[in-house]
Amino acid sequence: MGEPLLCEISVPGRAGFRFPEADVPLEKLPEAFLRHELPMPELYEVDVVRHFTRLSQLNHSIDTGFYPLGSCTMKYNPKVNEEVARLPGFAFTHPLQPVETVQGNLVVMYELQEWLKEIGGFAGVTLQPAAGAQGELTGVLIIRTYHAWRGESQRDKILIPDSAHGTNPATSGMSGMRVVEIKSDPRGNVDLEALRAECDETLAGLMLTNPNTLGMFDENVLEVIRLVHQAGGLVYGDGANLNALLGIVRPGDLGFDVMHYNLHKTFSTPHGGGGPGSGPVGVAAHLVDFLPGPLVGIIEEGDEAEDYPPLYGFVYPARSIGRVKAFHGHFGMLARAYTYMRMHGREGLRLISDYAVLNANYLQARLRDTYHIPYDRVCMHEFVAEGRWVDAPDIHALDIAKRLMDHGFHPPTNYFPLIVHEALMIEPTETESKQTLDAFADALIEIAREARENPEILKTAPHRTPVGRLDEVKAAKELVLCCAVSTAGA
Amino acid sequence: MYFPHTPQEREAMLATVGVEHLEDLFQAVPAAHRFPELKLPAALSEMEALLEMQSYAWANSNTRELVCFLGAGAYNHYIPAAVDAILRRGEFYTAYTPYQPEISQGTLQAIFDYQSLITSLTGMEVSNASHYDGATAVAEAVSMAYSNFRGKRNQVVLSPGLHPHYRQTVHTYNDDAMLTFAGEDVDIHAGPETLLLHINENTALVIVQYPDFFGRIFDYTALAEAVHQAGALFAVSVNPLSLGLLRPPGEFGADIVTGEGQPLGIPLSFGGPYLGIFTTRKEYVRKMAGRLVGETTDNRGQRAYVLTLTAREQHIRRERATSNICTNQGLVALASAVYMSLLGKQGLRQVAELCYHKAHYAARRINKLRDYQLWSKAPFFNEFVVRCPAPVAEINEHLLSHGILGGYDLGEDYPELQEHMLIAVTEMVTKEDIDDLVDVLGEVDHG
Repeated sequence: MGEPLLCEISVPGRAGFRFPEADVPLEKLPEAFLRHELPMPELYEVDVVRHFTRLSQLNHSIDTGFYPLGSCTMKYNPKVNEEVARLPGFAFTHPLQPVETVQGNLVVMYELQEWLKEIGGFAGVTLQPAAGAQGELTGVLIIRTYHAWRGESQRDKILIPDSAHGTNPATSGMSGMRVVEIKSDPRGNVDLEALRAECDETLAGLMLTNPNTLGMFDENVLEVIRLVHQAGGLVYGDGANLNALLGIVRPGDLGFDVMHYNLHKTFSTPHGGGGPGSGPVGVAAHLVDFLPGPLVGIIEEGDEAEDYPPLYGFVYPARSIGRVKAFHGHFGMLARAYTYMRMHGREGLRLISDYAVLNANYLQARLRDTYHIPYDRVCMHEFVAEGRWVDAPDIHALDIAKRLMDHGFHPPTNYFPLIVHEALMIEPTETESKQTLDAFADALIEIAREARENPEILKTAPHRTPVGRLDEVKAAKELVLCCAVSTAGA
Repeated sequence: MYFPHTPQEREAMLATVGVEHLEDLFQAVPAAHRFPELKLPAALSEMEALLEMQSYAWANSNTRELVCFLGAGAYNHYIPAAVDAILRRGEFYTAYTPYQPEISQGTLQAIFDYQSLITSLTGMEVSNASHYDGATAVAEAVSMAYSNFRGKRNQVVLSPGLHPHYRQTVHTYNDDAMLTFAGEDVDIHAGPETLLLHINENTALVIVQYPDFFGRIFDYTALAEAVHQAGALFAVSVNPLSLGLLRPPGEFGADIVTGEGQPLGIPLSFGGPYLGIFTTRKEYVRKMAGRLVGETTDNRGQRAYVLTLTAREQHIRRERATSNICTNQGLVALASAVYMSLLGKQGLRQVAELCYHKAHYAARRINKLRDYQLWSKAPFFNEFVVRCPAPVAEINEHLLSHGILGGYDLGEDYPELQEHMLIAVTEMVTKEDIDDLVDVLGEVDHG
């Protein structure tokens, strides 16, 4: 039996956390608005702490093991980041305080904007988007607004390579744009002929992930960008794979007009079991006025000679698309990311990408003889292998993924990108040692052997995890989505 | 820096790859732009970086040093120590979205707990695994209503009592001529019945806030009935902490309840990360965006949890998905689940009552000051509007010199409310703090 649910361990009448008694005269409660049932669990602190601690022990995590999940950049999350975000001066500041009382926060945000501009080669950065997908939305809205401002509202077509993340087309669809898919060429690059055919007066832009989800740096990237610009379109960069490019190349220098950063991938803020993320957006000079507000700027110059610091505050771009969320962004994540950047500096940032790419190429080299690599050239920070063999016809990528769990590893991303059959997308990140990479490669080679000799052990895997394979059809059919505390007889 | 390789290991790995230098791995990058010189400072050690960040943190004044009467969508509440103890478990915060359920049952069951607690608190039938914040949750409600009517109804009614940032976010998300908006310019003094004039056969959704941005509590029953009569959906954006005391929107006809979950154990943290609550009725579950965890069994016959109804989502539907949401606020949702579990039935009622009583004590005392007056006679929860004798910024400057963080300047968003301050009171302030506030306010008058 697994860990019970909160509703099952609730005991009627048990009191939990205690607040002080009221020290003011009691006001009459508003009878007409009072709720009569509050069906919440009744537990005390030990129940709660044990429940959630036991739950935590059912998770695989970076802190407990290797997590080579392609496209997710599951690097180590430094502990000092957690200390920083919890400093009372940061954690207990209200977003609407007068700017004079939060200069520390504003310096951190201002500096982070500057660092991201320098790293990406952009003229302006907003820190507001809450996640990568919201950064994409921000970027596409900027593109749409820019064309409308230029009197070219007919530009409603967004081109997206077939290797793209699902968020790219979803973002474009949600922004009211038409999506046209562009195929990849045999080397994993954007197919230039297919691209040329779509470059017309309805072109709003291209969303390009580079390196792409095959882990390949597009060898024709300059030509791709030139073609789009020539047709009057803008190029959006999906920064999901920026971990390969720090100090290697600045997307802005290549001609990208807009790009989102994933602070929770590239800059080590924790993924939190699915958020919170943080997805700042950088833009080239011609788009700075369209950024969502507010941005952090210097609203009163300082005087260094007098040792008088500048006053930081919020500024609104002239033709802003508007705000994309309440307040100013995920400040707690921004403080973590900035700490991480400060600890790397200009040389360290380059080393992140050097080693991320070395680790991926090393794993690719170790696995090349056992797993087919459909686009086999020097990869960037990740690569895609195929999880299938002609002499093990029943085995799928899913079986390999599940069997890896028995070896204590999180599986790679599977069935993505969609253009590779039985894809296993592997991203080791720079924070993993040679020993870990070797152990992982050994496990995959061992699984390849089992696939031929004992396929059943793969088909029924995992065997050593808290639960086995789940009945997903049942979950969707029965739709049990919550467990309410009984209010009867309590 | 977090790189483990020794020089010998690095050389061995390069040899396995078949290149001589690290630089050789980047031949695909256009040479003219390869290896730019980043104009950034050199690295700091952990010790130096922490000291620098501490110096920035100390440059702020925070709500634990000041007495805080500022709310307007973010509230200074006590967070029990056990909440952060759980959040600090690396097994939770260094995990990814639970795509591999066999090794993610902790996250999955915690989200299921969260969904259960939030549906109970709001009186609704289903909750998703969260949205980014209260503002984006409202924007997603608009998208959901629009797709529910397959684009055939294209008008949305927004109450002027909905948080200004939320309304601005809705406009950013929808500024594409597909939708028209009404209601924001109705008289803010009036109650919800003024919105009725704007509801017609084209209305897809009506959105109100509860308590509203000015702190007022209205009975939305009649409005909900009118909305349903018109065939539209009714959405309510809530302060979830108030629902420890107040009737939940599920009891007065809400089809969608969204909210800002920050009051449920989330630090103010200068505006984020917070928590977007999103709940609805079961009949709309397939129209709802965002992750959803369902119960099932595994091949060993054990009860277990898994992400479900994923066919609604971007990675399957791509451009046909109603939302691009992928990451949500997983860890923040966990924090709120721990908070709600710790407080439970009694604690949630107790904290809501404390806020209510303290806010009413403050309001009564301020209303007795010669030059200050409560703006509304409507019932309220923990926030209320006061007409002041001078610009709010001036008063706040004076309060700050006494260690008090004053209320929100409503003139910023509502031109007709110049010299009106929105004051929030939580369990964190004492009677003495309130008495101090009243004394200092009394020092500011027309003179």
